[in-house]
Parts: sequence; C-alpha cells; structure tokens
Amino acid sequence: MSAEAETLPGQLPGGDKLKEIGAHIARVLIPVLLALIMGGIILLILGKDPLAYYGYVAKRGLLTWGGLQETFTRMAPLLLIGAGLIVAFRAGIWNLGGDGQFLLAAVITSATAPVLVGTLPDIIVLPLCMLLSIATGALWSVIPALLKARYGINEIITSMMMSFLGTSFANVLIKLLFWDPATTVPQTRTLPVEDRLPRLGDSTVHSGILIALAVIILVHLMMTRTAFGLKLQVVGANPAAAIHAGLNVSWLTIATFAISAGLIGLGGSVEILGVFGTVRADWNPAYGLLVVPLVFLARFNGFGTIGFVFFFSALMIGGDSAARRIGVPNHFVLVLVALLLIFLAVVEYLDHIRRKKAR
Amino acid sequence: MEGLLTQPFLTALLFGAVTAGVPLLLAGLGEQISEKAGVLNIGIEGMMLFGAYTGFVAAYYTGSFTLGFIGGGIGGAVVALIVMLLCIRFGLNQIVIGIAVTIGFEGLTALLHYFQFSRTYPRLDAAPLLAIPGLSAIPVIGPGLFNHNAVVYLAVTLVGVFTWMFRSTYVGLNLEAAGNKPAALDAAGVSVIKTRAMAVLSTGFLAGLGGAYLANVGAGLFVPMMTGGAGFIGIVLAMLARGKPVWVLLGAALFGCSLSMTTALQVAGVNVPTDVVQMLPFAMVMLVLVIFARHSVLPPALGLPYVRGDRG
Amino acid sequence: MSQTQAVVAVRNVTKRFPGVIANADVSLDFNAGEVHVLLGENGAGKSTLIGMLAGMQQPDEGEILIGGAAVKIASPRHSLELGIGTVFQHVLLVPSLTVIENLMLGGSWWQRLARGAALKRFQELSGLLGVTIDPDAQVGRLSLGEQQQVEIMRALWRGEKVLILDEPTSMLTPQGVKDLGAVMKRLRDKGVALILITHKLVEAYAFGDRVSVLRLGRVVGDIPPERLKAMTESQVTDTVIQMMFGTTEAHARDAEILTGRGRAAHKDRAVDRSGAARLVARDVSTEADRGACPLRDVSFDLWPGEVLGIAGVDGNGQKHLAEVLAGQRRAGSGKIAIAGVDVTADGVPERRRHGVRYVTDERLGEGTVGAFSVATNLVLKEIGHAPFWKRGISDWPLINDHARAEIKRNDIRTPSEKTPVGRLSGGNIQKVLLARELNAEASVAVFNKPTYGLDLQNTRLAHDRIIASAESGMAIVVISTDLDELLEVSDRIAVMFQGHLAGIVENGPDVERKVGLLMTGAQSGTVGEAA
Repeated sequence: MSAEAETLPGQLPGGDKLKEIGAHIARVLIPVLLALIMGGIILLILGKDPLAYYGYVAKRGLLTWGGLQETFTRMAPLLLIGAGLIVAFRAGIWNLGGDGQFLLAAVITSATAPVLVGTLPDIIVLPLCMLLSIATGALWSVIPALLKARYGINEIITSMMMSFLGTSFANVLIKLLFWDPATTVPQTRTLPVEDRLPRLGDSTVHSGILIALAVIILVHLMMTRTAFGLKLQVVGANPAAAIHAGLNVSWLTIATFAISAGLIGLGGSVEILGVFGTVRADWNPAYGLLVVPLVFLARFNGFGTIGFVFFFSALMIGGDSAARRIGVPNHFVLVLVALLLIFLAVVEYLDHIRRKKAR
Repeated sequence: MEGLLTQPFLTALLFGAVTAGVPLLLAGLGEQISEKAGVLNIGIEGMMLFGAYTGFVAAYYTGSFTLGFIGGGIGGAVVALIVMLLCIRFGLNQIVIGIAVTIGFEGLTALLHYFQFSRTYPRLDAAPLLAIPGLSAIPVIGPGLFNHNAVVYLAVTLVGVFTWMFRSTYVGLNLEAAGNKPAALDAAGVSVIKTRAMAVLSTGFLAGLGGAYLANVGAGLFVPMMTGGAGFIGIVLAMLARGKPVWVLLGAALFGCSLSMTTALQVAGVNVPTDVVQMLPFAMVMLVLVIFARHSVLPPALGLPYVRGDRG
Repeated sequence: MSQTQAVVAVRNVTKRFPGVIANADVSLDFNAGEVHVLLGENGAGKSTLIGMLAGMQQPDEGEILIGGAAVKIASPRHSLELGIGTVFQHVLLVPSLTVIENLMLGGSWWQRLARGAALKRFQELSGLLGVTIDPDAQVGRLSLGEQQQVEIMRALWRGEKVLILDEPTSMLTPQGVKDLGAVMKRLRDKGVALILITHKLVEAYAFGDRVSVLRLGRVVGDIPPERLKAMTESQVTDTVIQMMFGTTEAHARDAEILTGRGRAAHKDRAVDRSGAARLVARDVSTEADRGACPLRDVSFDLWPGEVLGIAGVDGNGQKHLAEVLAGQRRAGSGKIAIAGVDVTADGVPERRRHGVRYVTDERLGEGTVGAFSVATNLVLKEIGHAPFWKRGISDWPLINDHARAEIKRNDIRTPSEKTPVGRLSGGNIQKVLLARELNAEASVAVFNKPTYGLDLQNTRLAHDRIIASAESGMAIVVISTDLDELLEVSDRIAVMFQGHLAGIVENGPDVERKVGLLMTGAQSGTVGEAA
C-alpha cells in the first residue's frame, strides 16, 4: 500500500489514436484559422476586403500553374532554413542569426560561381559552391557557438548581433570586393542562366527544391532515428541531464550551431544558384526570422515543416501580387506570421491546461 | 586627416552621438528593469518601433512634440501589455512571443504607414532644442552636448533617478527578488506577477519613448523598420550593465559615438562607406562580449515564468 | 485546564490534487504556548495542510478558523497578515540580498526602505530567539542553520502568533537541531503557537507538547499534552505505530524507518577487506564554482561489498564528491582509481565502462529528461552504443522491448514504456533510476540522497536494493543528510565538513556521537576512525 499517488491511466498507447490525431490536427488548424480571421479583421479596418485578398492570394499562389511554380521555387531556401532551425531548436539553441548566415553564404556563392564556371565543369562548380556556402554559414556561427559553449552566454543576443554584422558585412563585400564592374548598381558578377541549377522538366522550378526536400527529410530522420539526433534533443530538453548522461555538451553545442548555420547558408546558396545568379547590394529577403513560426507550428517535425513552408510560400507569392493588384503591401504577411505564432502559443497553453485538468 | 580634430567634426560627432545614443539609453534602461525582474524582453524592438510610429502620428496630428513623446510611450506600453498578458500572466514562452511581437509590429507599422503616409511621406518640423544656459556656450562640447531636445536631459536624469530608486526603494528590492528567487518574494506576500508586469510595462513605455525620439527628433519622420536593431542593442546594454544604470549610460554613449561616425566623418571630409560604419556598433558589441565573457551576469530566474505552488 | 480557544484550527479540511487525495477530512486545533507536532511519513499530507495555512492553496472542503472565526486565507500575504508565519523546508531567501533586505521584503513598490525600523524589529526578534546574526551579511554566505534562523525571523516579522516549521531539521547538524529546539522552547514559553512538521518520531518526542499522527491524508491519532508528558519514548513509539499500522509487529520494517531504530541490516554483513580496494580516492580536490562547496584533499578506500555512508550537513562538498566519482566533474588534483586502474582523467562514459554508476538526488532535474519516455530514459546513458544503436541508427523496437522488461522486473508503475517519465510519481522515477543504474556490469555505485521525498514503502525498497547490491559484491557510496538512513545501511560512515573528509567511523557502538562531533568540525584524530 503506497502512500504516494499511483500514476494515472493517461492516454493508452494505441487506443484512442484517432482522437489523438484529431486533437493534433485541431491544435494546428485552429491557430491558422484564428490568424487568418484576425488578419482579415485588420484588413477590414484598413479598408480592404479580406475575402478578396485571401481569394487573390490563394488563386495566385496555388491555383495557377505559374504561381504554383513560383511557390515551389520560393520553398527551396525556406525549407533549408527550416531544416537548419529544426536542428538548432531541437537542441535548445536559439539560432536567430539566420539572416546573416544566409546572406553571407549567398554572397560567397555569387562571388565564386561565375569565376569558377570558366575553369571547371558545371557539375563540379555547383556542389563546390554549395559546400562553400555551408562552410561560410558554419563559420559565421563559430563565435556565438563558442561563447555559449564556453561561457554560457545567451545565444539569442550573440547570434542576432552576428546577423546584423553579417548583413552589413555582406554589403561591404559586394560594394568593395565583388562589385561587377559592368554594372552601375552594386552587385556581383551574374552567373549565366545556363550555368545555374537545372530546371525540372519544362517548369521554371529549379532542382534546388529537390535538394531542399531531401535535406529536410534527412534532417528529420537524423533527429528521430539517430543517436546524434537524440543527443541533441537531450541537450535541448535538459542540459543537466545531458551532462549527467555523459554527453559532451560543449562539442554538441558547437556542432549544432555549425550544422544549423551551414544549412541556412546552403539555403542562401541555392537561392542564388537557382534563381538570381547574383546578389545586389542591400538585398535582404530576411527569411531567417520568418521561418521560425513555421518550424514551431510544425512542432519541429520535418514533414510538418514542408507543409507549412508550402502554405507560407503560397502566401508570399500571392501576397506579392496582391501588393500590386489590391494595394495591400507584403508587410501584411509579417503581421499574419506574428498572429500565427501568438495564436499557436495560446492554443498550446490552453491545450496544456485542458490536459492537466483531465488528469 | 587633420579634419578629424577640428571643431566641426567633434561637435558633429558629439551631437550625433547624443541623438543616436538616447534611444539606446532609453531602451537599455527599460530592458534593465525587465531583466532585473527576470523577464527577457526580446519584443523590445517591437515596442520601440510601435512607439516610433505612434509618437510620429501623435506629433504630426497634434503639432506638439510633447504629445508625440507621450504617444510614443503609450504605444510602447501597448505592445508591452500584450507581452505582459501572454508571458507574465499566462506564462507563455518569452522568446517565442518576443519574436512574434517584433515581427508583427514591424509588419503592422509598415502597413499602417503605407496606408496613411506612403503617398505624402510627411516630415515633422525640426524638434525644439533646449540649450542649457552657460554650458552650451563651451566651445566644441557645448553645442555638442548641451543643446538638445528636453527628452535627452530627461533620459540622463533617469539614470540618476533609477540608481537611487534601485538602491533606496522597494522597487529595487522587489525587482531583484523577482529575478533572483521569485518564490521568496511570493512567500513575503508580494505578487511576483504584478512586479514583473509593472517591470514590462515600464520597459514598454521607455522603449516607446526612445522610439518616438528616434522618429521625431532623430529623423523627423517615420520609416518602416527604422529602429534597425536599436532594441536589441538595448538588450545587450542591459545585459552588460550588471544592474547599474550608469553602465547603460556609458554603453549608450559608446554606441552613439560609433553610430554617428558616418555623418561626422563626412563632415570632416573623410569618405568611409556607410556599411562599414554600420558594422561598427555590432562589431563592438561582439568584441565586448568576447572580452567580458566571464563577467556577464544574468539573474537566475531570467526567462522562466513563475507559478506559485505548482505541483505539475 | 480551562478551555481556551485555539489560535488556529482546521475543520473537516479536504484537499485534492489530480489523482490523489492529499488531505481527507482533517480537523486539528493549534493552541497558543504549545508545540503541536504533525507526524507522518512523506506523502501523508502534512505539507499540503500547512500549505493551506500559509495561503498557498485553498481547501476543497472544510474551513480554517482563526480565533474561532472562519477565514479564507487567500494568499501568502494574507497569511502573514493574520499572524501566521511559515518556514518551509527549502530556504526561501534571496541569496544575493542581505539579511535585513530579505527581512524587509514585503513592501509595496512605492514605499521607501525603512532600514531603521527594520533594524529595530531585527534586534527584538534576535533577542526573542536568542541568536546573533549580522544584519548586513549576504544571505548566500550564511550557513544553512543561520539561514533557517533568518527564515524564522521572517516568519515572525509581522507578529508572533503562529509559527509553522516544515521539516526544519533535515539540513542541520545534531548541534543545530539542539539549538533549534531551544529556540522553539523560548517561543513556546512566550505564547506562540508552534506547528512542527516532521517524519521523525524522535523529534516529535523531543520537541512536541502534542502529537497528531497523519497517514494517507487522514489524522489517525492524537496524543494530547497530558498523555505525552506521562509517556516514555518507547511508549510513544508503540502508540504511534499502533495508530499508523494497527498493530505493533506487522509493519516492523516500516516502523523501524519511522522511528529510526532499525540497524539490523548492516549487522548481518561483514566486509572482507583482505583483497584490494575496489575504489581508491587520494587527495581529490575540485575547483569551486558558483554554488556548491568544492572538495579538498578527500581520500578514502572502498572495498567490494562495502557500503560507505557519507554524512554531513548539506552543502559541505557532497555534490562535488558524487560528481567527481561519477566523472561529471573533473578533479583539480588528486587521483581516483577503480580496480587498480587510474580513472582520474576519464569522463562519464569511460567511468561507466569501468562499472561506475551514479544515482543522482535530482531525479527530474538531472537524472532523467521529464519529457522523454520511460524507455528513452532507461537507455539515456547508452546513447549511440550497441545493442540499442547500430552504426548510429536507433533501434526503437529493441529499446521499447528492453523497457518493458525492466518495468516488469522493477515493478515500475507506469501506463506504458512510452509515458513521459515526468508523469510518474517520485517513487517510480526512483525505480527507473535504480533500474537504469544497477545493471549487470555495475561495480561501483554512488547514491545521492536515495530516499529523499519517498514514502516508507519506497524507502524500504531503495534500502533493500542498496543492501542487495552490496551483498552481490558492489562497492557502494551512499550520500545522505539522514543519519538514521546511513546508520541502517552503512558499514562505515564518513563525514564531510567544508569539503574535507573530516573522518571515517565504523558503524558500531557510539557511532552517533562520533559522527555528530565530526559534523561540527571536530578533528578526526580525537574521535576515532576506521582504517
């Protein structure tokens, strides 16, 4: 007869599986719907028709072949950033320096690719540049990684500072080092279209999307099925337990940062090698923070992230056009993303309360 | 290079340093209050930005700079209210909400600005400057340091006020307890939630005020995303200041100098690319962090929501 | 004796938490000028009850009476205003503030700090309690006993009506316990109503005027002052056991733990020290970091089949000792050898390969990842190794199978192996830790506070496990602040004092006195030690 509480029969594994799936879907859909509704209200206040806006966005981003291709194209860098964030967040590391890592890697790629295509075959240049960009991203994360691993300094601030530093530094590189003399507006030498990432079939979508999909799936498998992934999760869930279990937390911290930043750098490279072929000064799509809520919504699941990135890319592509046609600037997407995050956090909290009461 | 030591350069440097440093000072002082209480306020950038917008709108439509500053403070406090509700009252993750608030208000202010002012891009008249009699007559530093808008003097005075407040009133005691061992504060009968809520709201007001200053005095207009990381620099200043407002002042001064370098150098006839100069403050932060890595101190309860007697 | 009204009373109070009834229909009176002891094992509901008096929780049923009138104690502030001061088990002082600042805590933000008035009150209470402490000392630097005295002052700050002490002696030396007893007596004589929570019958007898016995959330018996005064300690023991278990013999082991009288276990064993020592530590020192006390030149030998108890007030280096033996903390100087092999430079994985196991005191904070399943936690220290991992890939079916077998073997109560370990009760989490650590290849095991917070049954199970492991040849170190526990299981007892090993004593006659002396810092030479 124990005086302590017996553990309660909570959800039985296997049984009630359907209910669990239903609850899971609800936890994901409800924040999305709430965000869309709230966003719609804001549009109304600003004097715009939300249904027209959403309808146009959906049509342009999803329902036309041209728009759909653009959506897929946009997905490539976002998926890679998502992969990088999953690795970091699961390990409890807030890598918020994505913008700097992305941009610097893009600049390095755009500076080296045009130079190399003359001397080496394309089939070597493209992977080489991608590897270079991974290294660039990883290198840019070394300082925040070391500060955290050695001195426990909060990586939110350090990675953010490095991001500001990185974006400025990228501009300096373009304007001072890599400026294509043939252009008036500072930008790097343009990589000829035939040397960029090959298109898929007849579409305008480049093969970078395949790389991105492969990477994020691999990352997901790594996190869920390998010892390394489990180690990262232990560090993220309970650093004291990680030490207790004999894990080398310092090394894992640095490795996580390097992988995360490297993948984000790869995203930058893919965007240049597949889409732009050049980096113009003061260009900064600032995807680094935007992907954060998507990864949270997917609860750090790789496949879920693919879904949310798709939805978000369609939103961005549609939103770009809507900016011109309906007069709602694309800043609105930022508002939607923020609402999504907030509603997600609220729904999670309510769900947590509900489950506590049920026990 | 002799242009560097001339009066115009130094005066321009000092004047620009103050103008650039005051928003950082206000943000840093505000963030310091939050951090003492154990709240890592990542959303401060959003508070500054919204304060910049509301401050600009208030000043534009009323014609009064004072109302502009108050409007800015209120704007920042509104954002803080959201953070307070979600993070302090409900205990949601402070980092996630902070990011959401920053992104959201970046977008919202840009959106509002587009719908209201994008066609006209109005500017405010030059902000009223208050020259301190006597001091402002000193060559070089006089016009550089003592001929500024009243908010500047207010901000510097706040440093002294806060120092006294932290040492001699219950504000300092309660904040430190809330940040170090909230359970002790609770057991003493003081509401940890209320203490942290007041801290966050104060941060919001100060950050909003800083944003309003940036827009109305520093620039004279509102540009989307105009804070450019000032809020985050405020976080860094608070982190390094180890609880003493005086250090926030010094840090803000240092940053202000580096930020005003570009224009000052141009005055001196030296042409350094803007981007290089823009890198300076952030490079400096990283340098300071690396050098003083061992000494950065954060309260133990930072970032953790407090739940009384939670058995779960 | 005239019927005076109780200062505080609880009537038919019931309190429920998810899955457990913490208090069931409890009615008690607390009178002025009386030390009322609430006696019961861990989990009996004592802390919950006083939590309600302290304003932390609300009763689900029943009422609380102050001076005869029903009152709803809405918050800790309200409780303090009503004159009820509570000293909890864990120190609730802000370490970075001074003593006087901690005592002044409680004012609203707009008020000035009235140091003068605070100092006056401080002198008053110092006199009342008979203690001397520097008001400007930083609390973090005070000893645990001094911190507790400050806590008592804080509890009495606004009025000396009711003082509640929750398990106050667990962190004190034997001398500190005596000092606390003196303080309680002074307060009682001044008319304060004292409520003392303890699970040690010895304390109930030594300090109490009235004893109420709780079990499983109910009051199972009450010994009023007239009766208590007339009884001897063994009579009280029998009465309490009768109240708790119904008979005097049936639950002899439980009773032993409760009364701290069971020493049977170690007497049956004789340690064979003819061979080489299994674990040798020589002059081991660690570096101080923010927090725990570092080790200074600790040396001892440990033989297979031996249980070495580590006694001492919390915070005298025990945590560092456990961590340095486990490999979690590097020794700044000195040597550690296992079965003759120098392992000083080895980290946790290498130590584990040499057979070292560490059951930590922080079960959820360090020993497990609460959000992960029982299955994952059972292999937490084997990540990447065969047979659960092949070439870095996880074999989840095998991990889950293994977990199911361990759950059965160790009687771990959990809905499934996939349940997050944080949902289990403390006793079952401890079973998970024991299952994980005490596997086949273990040769040296370190236990840190193995029965902290556990009820009698799980305490007994843990002790049985320890003794069984020793009998099978393991060399065992048990670190505990509970001297009775060490007396029960240890062959020898070492005492930590300020990072030094003050001395090692054979667990025989007069051991308590010797250990007590060592705990206060007396030199080992004068007390008598084993080889």
